[in-house]
Amino acid sequence: MKLLVAVKRVVDFNVKVRVKSDQSGIDLANVKMSMNPFDEIAVEEAVRLKEAGVASEIVVVSLGLPQAQETIRTALAMGADRGILVETSTELQPLAVAKLLKALVDKEQPRLVILGKQAIDDDCNQTGQMLAALLGWPQGTFASKLTVSADEIEVTREVDAGLETLMLKLPAVVTTDLRLNEPRYASLPNIMKAKKKPIDQVKPEALGVDVTPRLKTLRVEEPAKRQAGVKVGSVAELVAKLRNEAKVI
Amino acid sequence: MSVLAIAEHDNASIKPATLNAVTAAAQLGPVDLLVAGAGCRAAAEQAAKIAGVAKVLLADAPEYAHGLAENLAPLVVTLAAGYSHVLVTATTFGKNLLPRAAALLDLQQISDVVKIVSADSFVRPIYAGNGLATVQSADRIKLLTVRSTAFEAAKAEGGSAAVETVPAAGDAGLSRFVKQEVSKSERPELSSARIVISGGRGMQAAENFHLLEEVADRLGAAVGASRAAVDAGFKPNEFQVGQTGKVVAPDLYIAVGISGAIQHLAGMKDSKVIVAINKDEEAPIFAVADYGLVADLFTAVPELKAELDRKA
Repeated sequence: MKLLVAVKRVVDFNVKVRVKSDQSGIDLANVKMSMNPFDEIAVEEAVRLKEAGVASEIVVVSLGLPQAQETIRTALAMGADRGILVETSTELQPLAVAKLLKALVDKEQPRLVILGKQAIDDDCNQTGQMLAALLGWPQGTFASKLTVSADEIEVTREVDAGLETLMLKLPAVVTTDLRLNEPRYASLPNIMKAKKKPIDQVKPEALGVDVTPRLKTLRVEEPAKRQAGVKVGSVAELVAKLRNEAKVI
Repeated sequence: MSVLAIAEHDNASIKPATLNAVTAAAQLGPVDLLVAGAGCRAAAEQAAKIAGVAKVLLADAPEYAHGLAENLAPLVVTLAAGYSHVLVTATTFGKNLLPRAAALLDLQQISDVVKIVSADSFVRPIYAGNGLATVQSADRIKLLTVRSTAFEAAKAEGGSAAVETVPAAGDAGLSRFVKQEVSKSERPELSSARIVISGGRGMQAAENFHLLEEVADRLGAAVGASRAAVDAGFKPNEFQVGQTGKVVAPDLYIAVGISGAIQHLAGMKDSKVIVAINKDEEAPIFAVADYGLVADLFTAVPELKAELDRKA
């Protein structure tokens, strides 16, 4: 079966970002960018399904600026077969991304779409669910385990109360959670091979999608700063302060 | 303006997280609360008593038994037209459901709202809570998931709403529930507990969490865990506090053997008082702790239990 995976280029998870002093947004100048960690997990899962003989082809998509090609190359180096960049400099919000992915799904006809559950920059956690809705497909979100058979996929999901297992008809959309797998590092030979894999480029207009943002960001502020704390010298001192100073116990 | 809030429940009773959504909803207008389930009249009657609920909409049908998004989203779509806003708490239930309904309605929902500025402007955290974005929506209906810790719980008693039955929207036939594995505990629920004690990689083994549980017993606290501890198998996933786990804001958060990665802080930095116990004095957690104790947790935590017993 064919798989489609989408990957997003985001600020590396180790970076402590700062808010611009003019409140216009986050300061991204010279900041290290990487593949969204949940999307790495999505690519890894797709590659494992290919290695298991369940999937025959993996198409990886990214959407946005030309630099997103680097992110696609990383996915190709991990084992995806070919890439598609939907190129635009317009800010893409989840509904627009879902519509673009739907247009690509309509063309590519994958049996399973695997996305990360959320991007660690906007923390929206919407795209997979929206894409499933637009396609009329079932959705298996926050997946920690997938078992694919010919017509169905069993998805174990991490939910607030614990784990929930659902059976979904294929084709379906799943979104990955942290414990689905541990992504591989691309080996140097695979990185070299990936340079030869094709990446097609397409614009939103060619897919017939209006990507005009619906939400306007008025300002971005720093969260309230906490007061500096103190070090205590002993457990006894800690408990005394919690009782008498902080009055929380 | 009127608001449709979506209740989370287990057919017998309403989950506490719904009470936070009602408070948020009430800031925008009169609130109707949707209770969709199977054999859920008891939950609906409980919903009718929540202070601030004007009307309960009851959709009772087998296809709603397990909160499957494929079945609930079309129901929300049939009901949404009469409202200016549709809200649900940003639990895994709400996060799974609302975007599906939003896309069916061709609307851009706003996730994880922490403050309602006006009918069309909302504040939400971005970049693991390192930025707070104020966003404005021009959509004809605003769909929001709200962070439970940002809104007080509405009172569970005092209301006397009417319960109105609404027609079920049918089974989409796309998905079915197989099973669930949930942990049962006498302890308070992690998302809403007044005190939380969490363990990280420093706990070294699952069995060592009993040290934290003994302190939790004495404080009436919930127990949490960092991602590292969950990945290592010390605790199941529902204990994870962090950017993509549970976000908590208790009166007291005690971080034991937790280094304080950005992603963990995202889940607890709004706690009123933060205590850190870690033998590494350079651990980033100390930068957010109100009280930091540089010590070996295997000595300090048993001492903490003893100290709490001393003046009991």
